[in-house]
Order: sequence, then C-alpha cells, then structure tokens
Amino acid sequence: MHSGVASPADRRLSALIRHLEGASNAMDSDTITASPTSGFPGARNSVFEHVVRAPEDPILGVTVAYNKDSSPLKLNLGVGAYRTEEGKPLVLNVVRRAEQMLLNDSSRVKEYLPIVGLADFNKLSAKLILGADSPAIQENRVTTVQCLSGTGSLRVGGEFLARHYHQRTIYIPLPTWGNHPKVFTIAGLSVKTYRYYDPVTRGLNFQGLLEDLGSAPSGAIVLLHACAHNPTGVDPTPQQWEQIRQLIRSKALLPFFDSAYQGFASGNLDADAHSVRLFVADGGECFVAQSYAKNMGLYGERVGALSIVCKSADVASRVESQLKLVIRPMYSNPPIHGASIVATILKDRNMFQEWTIELKAMADRIINMRQQLFDALRSRGTPGDWSHIIKQIGMFTFTGLNSEQVAFITKEYHIYMTSDGRISMAGLSSRTVPHLADAIHAAVTRVV
Amino acid sequence: MASAMLSLASASPSASLSLQENLKISWKRGTSSRINFLGSDFSKTKSFTRTSMTVAVKVSRFKDITMAPPDPILGVSEAFKADTHEMKLNLGVGAYRTEDLQPYVLNVVKKAENLMLERGENKEYLPIEGLAAFNKVTAELMFGADNAVIQQQRVATVQGLSGTGSLRLAAALMERYFPGARVLISSPTWGNHKNIFNDARVPWSEYRYYDPKTVGLDFDGMISDIKAAPDGSFVLLHGCAHNPTGIDPTPEQWEKIADVIQERNHIPFFDVAYQGFASGSLDEDASSVRLFAARGMELLVAQSYSKNLGLYAERIGAINVVCASSDAAARVKSQLKRLARPMYSNPPIHGARIVSNVVGNPELFNEWKEEMEMMAGRIKSVRQKLYDSLCAKDKSGKDWSFILKQIGMFSFTGLNITQSENMTNKWHVYMTKDGRISLAGLSSAKCEYLADAIIDSYHNVK
Repeated sequence: MHSGVASPADRRLSALIRHLEGASNAMDSDTITASPTSGFPGARNSVFEHVVRAPEDPILGVTVAYNKDSSPLKLNLGVGAYRTEEGKPLVLNVVRRAEQMLLNDSSRVKEYLPIVGLADFNKLSAKLILGADSPAIQENRVTTVQCLSGTGSLRVGGEFLARHYHQRTIYIPLPTWGNHPKVFTIAGLSVKTYRYYDPVTRGLNFQGLLEDLGSAPSGAIVLLHACAHNPTGVDPTPQQWEQIRQLIRSKALLPFFDSAYQGFASGNLDADAHSVRLFVADGGECFVAQSYAKNMGLYGERVGALSIVCKSADVASRVESQLKLVIRPMYSNPPIHGASIVATILKDRNMFQEWTIELKAMADRIINMRQQLFDALRSRGTPGDWSHIIKQIGMFTFTGLNSEQVAFITKEYHIYMTSDGRISMAGLSSRTVPHLADAIHAAVTRVV
Repeated sequence: MASAMLSLASASPSASLSLQENLKISWKRGTSSRINFLGSDFSKTKSFTRTSMTVAVKVSRFKDITMAPPDPILGVSEAFKADTHEMKLNLGVGAYRTEDLQPYVLNVVKKAENLMLERGENKEYLPIEGLAAFNKVTAELMFGADNAVIQQQRVATVQGLSGTGSLRLAAALMERYFPGARVLISSPTWGNHKNIFNDARVPWSEYRYYDPKTVGLDFDGMISDIKAAPDGSFVLLHGCAHNPTGIDPTPEQWEKIADVIQERNHIPFFDVAYQGFASGSLDEDASSVRLFAARGMELLVAQSYSKNLGLYAERIGAINVVCASSDAAARVKSQLKRLARPMYSNPPIHGARIVSNVVGNPELFNEWKEEMEMMAGRIKSVRQKLYDSLCAKDKSGKDWSFILKQIGMFSFTGLNITQSENMTNKWHVYMTKDGRISLAGLSSAKCEYLADAIIDSYHNVK
C-alpha cells in the first residue's frame, strides 16, 4: 500500500500554481489547463488536471501519422502487419473457411472460456511450438495458457515470474521490440540488456552476447527471440544457438522465448521452432510466448499462448493454478474467437496443410521483396554494403539508417518507418520497391 | 533456489574443463552434424544435444510454488461439470440460461456475425483504444447520444476486455495518477473486485451495503461509511442489479449518495455489467449513472456486454471517464492507452464489431431490445415462481419477499457458508459460498426442487 501523498485539493492547487507560474515550468508544454469557461458551467476543476498527455506509442504511432498523411505516394513500413503485393491486408483463405465452419456450427455458444482458455487450442499450440512428439508434452510437464497474443503472453509470464521466481531481473537483447521493456517493467521485473546487434557488421554481436549473458547473475531470466529477431532480423545460427543454450544452462539462467514468427521466418514451422526445441530437448525449464498475429494473420483477434515447460507434471500443475491468479484480475478469461479459428485449423489435417502453404507464400513474398530491394539499391549504386537486407530474416529489416535519415525519408518521400530505421518488408511490393530505393539512396547520399 | 545442480549426461569428464574448453568440444562435434530443417534429420540434432555436456538444472526453480485454490466463482462451474447427479443445478456463475437450461446466443448476434463474414472484413490490429465505432456507440448507450457529456466530448472511452479488463485499466490509472487514493467497495461485492484492486495495488476499504436483518440495503451505514472515508476517495458503485445481492438503491437514495459523494469530493466509479438486463430497459438501467453525470460530476464507468448481449467469451466492454473538459478527457484517454499497451497492446476485434453492428443498426438494435426484455422477463418470472414455491412449502412464516424485491441475475439468499455447502453437498445445487444464487441458471421446472433445498438448508443447517 502507498502512504498517502497529495490530497485532491493539494493536487488541484499544484496544478493551479503551475499554471500561474507560467512557461518556465517544463510541465506546461504538456499540461493544457482547461480555461475557466470550458466544460460544464459550474463544474469544478478537473481531478484529472495533473494528467499529462501521453505521447503516441512509437510503433503504433507510426500508423497514426501515416493515416494523417494525404500524399498519394505514402507508404507504411511501420507496424509489422503483412500486406499483399497489392498493398492490402490479407485474411488467409483457411481462416475464412474456419470462420465459416464456426458460424455454421449451430451448437456453438459464447460461454466464458476457462481462465486458462480453450483447452484444444492450448494443447495444439504447445504441440506446434514444441513438436508433436515432444517428451515434455508427453510427460505432462508443460502448462499452456491462452493469452492475448504475444503481448499478453509476455505480460502474464512476467507477472508470474515477478511473484514466484527468486530472480527478478530479465535480460533483453539490445535492440529489441519497443514494447518488451515496458511489459516486463510494469509486470514487476527489473530490465537489463545484453549485447545483440553489431551495427558494424549489421549482424550478431555473438561475443558480446556471450560475455553479457556470461556475467549475468545465476538464475536471471533471459529473453530470446525464437526466430526472426525484431527489429534487426538477425538470428543466431544453429551452432550459435547451441552455444547459447550451453551457457544459459551452465549458469542456470531461465530462458523466456518470444515466438511471434513461427513459420513466417523461413517458411517452415519446424525450422523456425528449432531454437525453442533445442532448449526443451535438454530437459530444462523455459517459458515460451507464442503469437498467431502474423503467421495466421489474426492480428486483431489477439490470439496467443504462454507455455511453461517445467521439471515435473506436479510443478506444471501448480504453476498453472498460479497463472490463473494472475489472469483472473486482469481480464478473467481470454477471448474465444481467434482461439477457435486456430484450433479449427490446427486440428484438421487438410486445413493445417492449407495453412502451411499460405504461410510459405507470405514468407516467400517477403524474401522476394528483400531480393528486389537489394537489387534496386545495387543498381542505383547506393553507397554502402546492403547485403544485410538479404541476410536478415523475417518481416523486418534493420536498414542501418539513423533517425535523421528516417525523418528525411518520411518528410520528403512520405515513407513511414520506426525511428530506429526498421522497415517492415511485408509492407513493400514490386511497385513500391523503387520508391523506397530512391528514398534510401537520397537519404544516404544527402543526410548524414 | 541456492543449489542449481549441474550434471553431465555424457561420459566426458568435462566437469574439470573450463567453459571455454567445453564450448570448443561441443563446437567440434556440432560442425560434424548436419542439421536439416525439413524434419528428418532433426533427431540427429536431438541425440547430439543429449550427449553434449551441459544439462539443465535438476531441480525445478518452481518447486516451492503452492497449488492456488480454485476461483470461488468460476471454480463452481468446474465442480458442477464434474458432478454426475441427475438433479444437479448450476446457480454459480452469472451466465444466462434458457428455460431448457441451455446457453443462449442472441439472434441479433448471429445476424451480426453473418453480416460481418459476408462483408469479409480484415483482421488488422485495432488502435490501442479499440474500435472507434464501438467506442462511439458504447458511450452513447451509457449516457444517451444527446447527453451533454457526449456533445461536449468530455468522455474518454477505451475499449476493454469486458468488465474485468475495463475495471483493471481504471484501477491502473488510479494507481498511477492518484497514488494513495483508495477505492471504497460495497460489502459484499463481486468477488473479483478485490483481486483487481489488489493486483493493481490500489488500496481499498468497504462501505456497508447489505443488511442481513432486512435482507435489504443498509442505507444509513452506506452513507455514513462513504462520508467517513478520506476526501477524494473513489467510490465503486454498481450501476444496477448489484452483484451479489440484487439490492439496488432507489432513485431518492441515489440522489443522497450523489450528495455525500460531492460533499466529500469523492469520485464515483460505476460498474455497469447489466444495462438492460436488470429492468429490461436500457435507459432505466442507466439512470443512476446519468443522474450523477447530470450533476456535472466527473466519474468513471466500466461497461460489459457479457450478459446483455450474451457475449461472455468475446470479452467486450469499455472504460469511460467523464471529465470536466474535453481536454482532460483527451489526456486521460492517452494515459489509458499507455496502460493498455503493455498489457495486451490492443483489444480483440470480434466482440467490438458485433456490438457496433447491433447497436449501430436500428433494426438490429430494436431486435436486441426485444431479446433483452425476453431474458430479463424470464428471470423475473422464475423469481416469482421461486417465491411462490417457497411460500407454499415453508410454513415457518419466514419472509421470502426479498426474492421479488431484488433485481437482476442474482439473489442473495441470506444462506451462510455451511448452509450454502449443504445446498451443494446434499442437494447438488451449485452456488457461491456467500449465499448468492444466479436466477439466470434456474428454470421454472426446477423452482420447486430449489425451494426444497433452500428451506432445508435454512432451517436444518446452522
């Protein structure tokens, strides 16, 4: 419990004082105090006077800015959502089929799911990431709970660890998805980083990674991107993964995988799960957050799962019971629609096959865009080594552009990306590649 | 977790080797093993790692975790499912059932879903604050489209994960922007309220509400406790159909509650989970909230469409913050977004689209109102039937009229824990331990059986 701080009267008084003190106070640029004539006549001052306007989320805010732009040339390479060659969002055929089946099934109801979510979905999700023959599953050592996509899975896992794990430090790669530090901090963990990206090679700083994880305190949690690292697209090789595994196990560090691109990175579901399965195969414990936002195109349905691989079935069952205590006061139980779609597809052999084909098509188109962009920059003679575009994997490319160059590109070419120079290849098409190549060329030659 | 034991699976005497040398050895082995991603060679990789040197800890890091008890409300349904007795009755969770005791998907919902599929809408991420069309209609439903708070754009509305999720966002806002401020909750209240505020680290205290002597509202106690709380507290009020008691203040009492809240500079925080479901009328069930808004008060309202649109599992609701100015509302909304982003990024689309299709379409909206009247009507009629059965069977002279006076899905029977347990153990009637029964789970056909169970538990068990 917090000890009492300012009373409401004090807060209102401070707001008034800040207002009267004038522009010298930094808060003024954020706090816009309502004029006495605004609002309901006779209304008192707002108790929310001290609430400042939050800035737009840096990633999702890119789309907000893009939407405001009226240029016909505008291109959104901000948020990682797949686009077709025509630049349109895509709902997979197999997803539409599953939805039609669900709608046609008159026995379906909308009753509350259990706190841990749809049972079928949970079992199938565990099999998808760990492998159908995983001994951990066969030995009942895995607890899987349906969560709100990747974010929700990370948050629930983080809250659980903050409550029940002895080491409250989590190491996240530098750089990582912008929302990671926020999720873990608010969950109650303390966030540290380990070196990951090497801007010189535009590849993995493997030595730095080993050193930093090597000096982490025993038992610390380590966030690992299962494949298609976001934002860099740089993944360890299988041999490097093995070394990472050995280091992590030798220091009893706890691996927490974020798997948001299974099947989307290489086009192959098993290949993209290799890192996770490597760890599970040694009999150790780990956390895995799964998302179906990209690989099944279910972005807005918020479907995902948190799997915790434990030493024993008994531990897994107790862990699950405690996960429920995290979930119930957060949203009670998860949404049914997306999970039902996933379960329908995963449990039907034909639909599963259909899915893998559509998934590979998306992954292939992205690989194709990488090649096209690389070729376009080469043909323009753009200075620099751009081979990282075809070496990096997954939806994103870390271009290496700095924030001035990014701002320049947005202003002059109406191309939107996050300020770290990350572009979503999924947002490109054969038609728009030349425009982007021109923009990069201009930025690199004119802006330093 | 002091001892993390490392053991080596293979025969290699590598315990004495440095990490560096260990890695070198495994690297050498690694390079000779070809890894094929198309599955068939995966087993090679697996067996390689089994003979590699470093194995994970033997003892679980989570070995000391205790088994948490089942949720007191949701756990009831789980227990009910496991029961095989033919007369079993689930009066636990508040989910509407038809006379045949089947779950009910509203016709308007099926129509809306068909429309949505026909249109072939995409599944892109919603903005953090949710579906704009949904946010618009939900605020209008709550306050009335022509209400000043809406006209003046003074409501910050953010789509939330049904009632729970909306309450949690509000609690997170309270913790961050009103540190030390407490929330007053009714005694009793929905079991999950305390959990939400505990997890959000918002201190809470209780105001008297239920009077077991009258099986009615302890109005003086309520006013007195609200008055006594520190200036600027949040007061959690059930907009209609109080859960678990079913006892609502009268309009005159609401006025007095608003008086004392204004007097003490408290902030009213309404939980509205049953709009339309309590009386059958959407406007009537919104009257308490609108009464407060009409006084120019700033307030919070958490909404849920679980019951009134039967969208339980879709998790659709909203948090509304009525502010003194449109600028304050915009700032508050931006901060609610900042709290939602690290929780789940953005909310699920499906339920939001259903609601905006139903509420936004005049024909479907009217049809909804009819279905809602039907559901509320069925509950009123089983209340009557249960009351009649109790009066007919119980000769003790006990006054059962509270069953008719209470409103909404639930009835607070006044049974204590032991008596409630008797209901379950002897009669296979599942309910929550606080004596709450969900009339939504009761059929006319079972009223007499339930009356027998209640009379037995009340009179024969202490």
